[in-house]
Amino acid sequence: MPPTISAPFPNDADSPLRNEAMLAQLRRDLLRFAMLQLRNRELAEDVVQEALAAAIGAGDRFEQRASVKTWVFSILKNKIIDVFRDRWNKNRFDVVEACDESDFDVLFMGNERWQRSEMPASWGDPEQSLENVEFWQIFDICMNNLPEATARVFTMREFLGLEAHEICKELGISTSNCWVILHRARMSLRLCLQQRWFEEGETK
Amino acid sequence: MMSCKKATYLLSQRMDRKLSAGETLSLKFHLMMCHGCTNFSNNMTFLRKACERVVNDTQ
Repeated sequence: MPPTISAPFPNDADSPLRNEAMLAQLRRDLLRFAMLQLRNRELAEDVVQEALAAAIGAGDRFEQRASVKTWVFSILKNKIIDVFRDRWNKNRFDVVEACDESDFDVLFMGNERWQRSEMPASWGDPEQSLENVEFWQIFDICMNNLPEATARVFTMREFLGLEAHEICKELGISTSNCWVILHRARMSLRLCLQQRWFEEGETK
Repeated sequence: MMSCKKATYLLSQRMDRKLSAGETLSLKFHLMMCHGCTNFSNNMTFLRKACERVVNDTQ
């Protein structure tokens, strides 16, 4: 585990970077966010450490920022994108495979209309699920079931907030491939949530 | 008449780019007649809300 950064001015209560208790809380929030994206504790610790070091190293410049926390999170997001880009290039993901939609052909008939048994159902008032701890456990399982390349693109879009053209640029893939991968991710997540949560709920 | 497979792709794309006027109109007509795709559209809206909740909670 990397050494902990101590705040340079621990007695100044005005800034999260200068107050030990606030810095500890900020670090926990950053780590939780990094873990969500990277799913690797060691890597998450590293990028959080780098983000905090960059923020503290910026000295007084951050004082002019509207929100130190928002600013540090934006630094962290850029660090995470760097990791994703490096991994993508190293792993040489098969984009053709990531864009293969044939998995979902079974949902449709020959005329490309829904199979009766596969037609998406109404989820009623699904927002109630957002308050249910068990729902989030299922959501996590569904996210983990996504193929790695698909999960990465989806994470960059929905959790890091990048636009599709920005993802294309970062990963060196075409816009149309990016759209197909995102569509594939959403199809998979919808199907997984339908089967594991919304249909299960009906039988409970 | 647009197929359900095409409609789901456009409903997903709608979350990443602005659809053309023609695409929007075709999709609108399709959704008026297709319960499955209407549910799919609502499912997608919920999926985005869930992702937003994840981001807000983790931050």
